[in-house]
Amino acid sequence: MALRRVEPVMGTMVSIDVRDRVVPTDAVDGAVAWLHEVDARFSPFRPDSEISRLAEGTLAEVDAHPDVHIVLALCDELRRDSDGAFDARAWRSDGRLDPSGLVKGWAVQLAADRLVVAGVRAFAINAGGDIVARSSPTIRGSWRVGIRHPDHIDRVASVVAVQDGAVATSGDYERGAHIRDPRSGGARATGLRSVTVAGPSLTWADAYATTAFIKGVEGLAWVARHEGYAAYAITDDDRVLWTEGFERYLAAA
Amino acid sequence: MIPKRAITALVTTAFALVLLFSFKTPGGATLARSTGTSGVAVVGNATTSGSSTAASAGSGAGTTSTTTSGSATSGASTDSTTGTGSATAGSSSGSTSASALKDGKTTGATVTTRFGPVQVRVTISGGTITDVVALQMPSRDGHSQRIAELAEPILRQEALQAQSAQIDLLSGATYTSEAYAESLQSALDNAHA
Repeated sequence: MALRRVEPVMGTMVSIDVRDRVVPTDAVDGAVAWLHEVDARFSPFRPDSEISRLAEGTLAEVDAHPDVHIVLALCDELRRDSDGAFDARAWRSDGRLDPSGLVKGWAVQLAADRLVVAGVRAFAINAGGDIVARSSPTIRGSWRVGIRHPDHIDRVASVVAVQDGAVATSGDYERGAHIRDPRSGGARATGLRSVTVAGPSLTWADAYATTAFIKGVEGLAWVARHEGYAAYAITDDDRVLWTEGFERYLAAA
Repeated sequence: MIPKRAITALVTTAFALVLLFSFKTPGGATLARSTGTSGVAVVGNATTSGSSTAASAGSGAGTTSTTTSGSATSGASTDSTTGTGSATAGSSSGSTSASALKDGKTTGATVTTRFGPVQVRVTISGGTITDVVALQMPSRDGHSQRIAELAEPILRQEALQAQSAQIDLLSGATYTSEAYAESLQSALDNAHA
């Protein structure tokens, strides 16, 4: 008995595809409930979320939920690591706190970890194009992940194979120029249309993709300095670039 | 009157905490933060990262529970940020018996090890731990201390092509907003009507 579930949460559709013969549905329910819990606490679109209240000044950071402390600590770590290219406290034009660039990947990775802890061996979670996948030789092989072509919604630019890990893509072909560079306060540097990052954890794959997209071509090399992570990008002038580490994902597909 | 031994223990604890939180891993992966819960976390055999199981259970003022696995190499406690809880710190090997556990879910403190942060969430039901979920484990997120030690990677390139291929999943930047989700939900609702 496999299971496929699609859930609207965190401003996108999250699909959970479990291929194990025996599915611990409690664990899937728990993972979905966890994503809703994160959404309620972190959504900048909800006036009553802790993030909105922090931004409004009606909630002090010390009084926030432990998960908020964790996420803000991860954001601060990434701000230092990226020399300010990723900055949850400064990237918005109105200067409001917004850790959205890290929250989704973190939350989905932890949802996946819950499934693993519950004994699920072959599954994929796709949260609006950001993916965690795990395979088991006795159930199914690696998952084929298409990297969307920027001009053709029904076509892919490349295909990668993921056995156990995460793939996340950041770009502006759907949302307009929604990603700003907090360092310049305006347009980002780059010439890239999308950046895809593959690696062991979606917490970082997602945040690194956002960061590399802001940094531009140099951001690809920056991603590759993190052990286990590799980057792939589609440029303004219709080229595809990737770091050496990405080749094993491309070759396996 | 507080016994002198208790004061000594508290001072020792505070000193141990200062030492713990001033410990920096080479890459600067320090995640130890006050979490608003008091508790004790003991990290299991840290030489085999990923296989250790650590549980840190926060509880009400004055009660602390500890679960350990493997040989303990580091322990840390965070005091309550509001200053109302009493924190007890310690590290131990073997099991420690727990006093009255309050039912519900509790997120433990983030404990920094040289392999990365460890944090768990514990579910307590009927006074016993019924579930432990790893929120952070070094095996997945312990890369941070190895940053910036690799040479500049080589970038390869080719021309962009549009392919149509058999795929299981699609990765791409998507429009994410409440409106988008609501719209999709209404579409799904309509599909069920």
